[in-house]
Amino acid sequence: MSSLLAALQTASRIGAPNTVAMGFFFLFIVTTLGITYWAARRTRTTEHFYAAGRSISPAQNGVALAGDYMSAASFLGIAGLVSTTGFDGLIYSTGWLVGWPVVLFLIAEPLRNLGRYTFADVVAVRLRQTPVRIAAAIGTLATVSFYLIAQMVGAGGLIRLMFGIPYETALVIGGVAMIAYVLFGGMLATTWVQIVKAVLLLGGAAALALLVLSRFGWSPTALFSAAAEKYGDAVLSPGRLVSKPLDAVSLGMALMFGTAGLPHILMRFYTVPDAKAARTSVFYATGLIGSFYLMTFIIGFGAMVLVGPAAIRGVEPGGNMAAPLLAEFLGGTPFLGFIAAVAFATILAVVAGLTLSGAAALSHDLWVGVVRREKAGAAEQLRVARVATVGLGILGVALGITFKGQNVAFMVGLAFAIAASANFPALVLSIFWRRYTTAGAVTSMLLGTASTLALIYFSPTLQIDVLKHPDAWFPLRNPALVTMPLSFAAGILVSLLAPRPDEAAGFDAVSRRMHLGQEVT
Amino acid sequence: MIDSFEARLAVVAARRWRVAIVLTATMITLYFGFILLIAYAKPVLARRIAPGLSLGILLGALVIVASWILTWVYVRWANNHYDAELGRLRE
Repeated sequence: MSSLLAALQTASRIGAPNTVAMGFFFLFIVTTLGITYWAARRTRTTEHFYAAGRSISPAQNGVALAGDYMSAASFLGIAGLVSTTGFDGLIYSTGWLVGWPVVLFLIAEPLRNLGRYTFADVVAVRLRQTPVRIAAAIGTLATVSFYLIAQMVGAGGLIRLMFGIPYETALVIGGVAMIAYVLFGGMLATTWVQIVKAVLLLGGAAALALLVLSRFGWSPTALFSAAAEKYGDAVLSPGRLVSKPLDAVSLGMALMFGTAGLPHILMRFYTVPDAKAARTSVFYATGLIGSFYLMTFIIGFGAMVLVGPAAIRGVEPGGNMAAPLLAEFLGGTPFLGFIAAVAFATILAVVAGLTLSGAAALSHDLWVGVVRREKAGAAEQLRVARVATVGLGILGVALGITFKGQNVAFMVGLAFAIAASANFPALVLSIFWRRYTTAGAVTSMLLGTASTLALIYFSPTLQIDVLKHPDAWFPLRNPALVTMPLSFAAGILVSLLAPRPDEAAGFDAVSRRMHLGQEVT
Repeated sequence: MIDSFEARLAVVAARRWRVAIVLTATMITLYFGFILLIAYAKPVLARRIAPGLSLGILLGALVIVASWILTWVYVRWANNHYDAELGRLRE
């Protein structure tokens, strides 16, 4: 058995330069740059740059939302977790999806009707512009930066493993392509890059899942039975992942409510013509993302049975190479190359969406809203947005190189925790609550960001896993269980202690616009 | 006239938020119920209900299916009722 595993391991082409992967990736770059050239000629105003001229259809935006959200980390990570632990991976599969109904019920339509480009537009609509926009930009940039670092470092490692090219080279190639999409093609190019990527990723995952099922008589339960027969009944039951219930609940809160506070997701709702289109697009996105996570579950079990946990861990201890190894087993080097190229394309697309939302916070919220007090001309707004894009793109590559080889997996959880604790409470309270004040909003956003950063520093995630200390002062691995209620409570308390009848008076007009749309005001 | 418009809007808004909150609460209950079962009732979820299918896997898949159903319910309600009421308000 072990000699068989060793043979399989040495037979794997992972890590060697793969011409098929290079070819597919080159094709992706050429296609997306072609799209960017087409989009660049249609990107003349800030409305085009940030919101694709509100011209994206609900179905297109649904696919693009799925593209923005389905990261390579979740594809490779969940497939890897399932392939090595079985059932426990399903906890993540569900966690990554359940935020989407919340986005639909509470956020999507009010956001589309109240804002223009960023979620700060919605919070600031009847409150004082300057403090709200500064606080919202801090929350946005914190979320975007941590998400960006995690994606960049993941990308570098992935590319080294799958293409055999150096880490820094990979980041610079990816960074240049990504900056080109956003800089020249704005939201229109970014949207179509997301659509191409989502179709490739969903297609690749579906092909893998179907090839697995074809070997088990098209029956998922036959696949699960085979796994249980080989590795014991434990693979079908909850294991050690949820040994501390509060940890699981806290992570669940970050995933569920953080989804509704991710700046690059929220920004997508401005690309459609109206609130009804925003609503429909979340419906499509939920369907696609749910199918994707069900497929990763099948892929993970397929990798467990057909490749084996020992061989998967042998290539990469975290298990992240389960899906690529399975692709190689089922379709040889060409299929491995295809999946590797799709994973790289996936990271590129997510990073483009993040950069655009960060650039909007810098240029639309901070420069135009705070520094220039809405007095910037159209040409200046577009110029500042582009400068911010290049700056953030270079920063992303620099951060990726700085954090090379470090354990940054926790940063995705951190980004979700900040989104759930800073952005989500401010957004919900400003939409729902008449008596919410500027001071309350600023308090909840700043306290949400600061408390999340502080508690993650004292958590086992950083103290034990990264800094290698023996114990941690704060018990939870993800702080959302504490920080999100704290942010809500602080926002409510400050608003009640210092009421602002003048700000509350604006709520009726806001409510009218929230339901009826902008044309009525 | 203005008053009656505001009053009618308030009714529509209250109904929309009631639907949103009930659906959100349902989603929260289902997902955190699943998580708490994993935390406190591992043997129950380990129970086999068919060859190759544990209760845990079935419930996990059902959480995903429930997300789809709840979004479908909301979109259907909003397209049929909420939009119609907004249409009457716009007149």
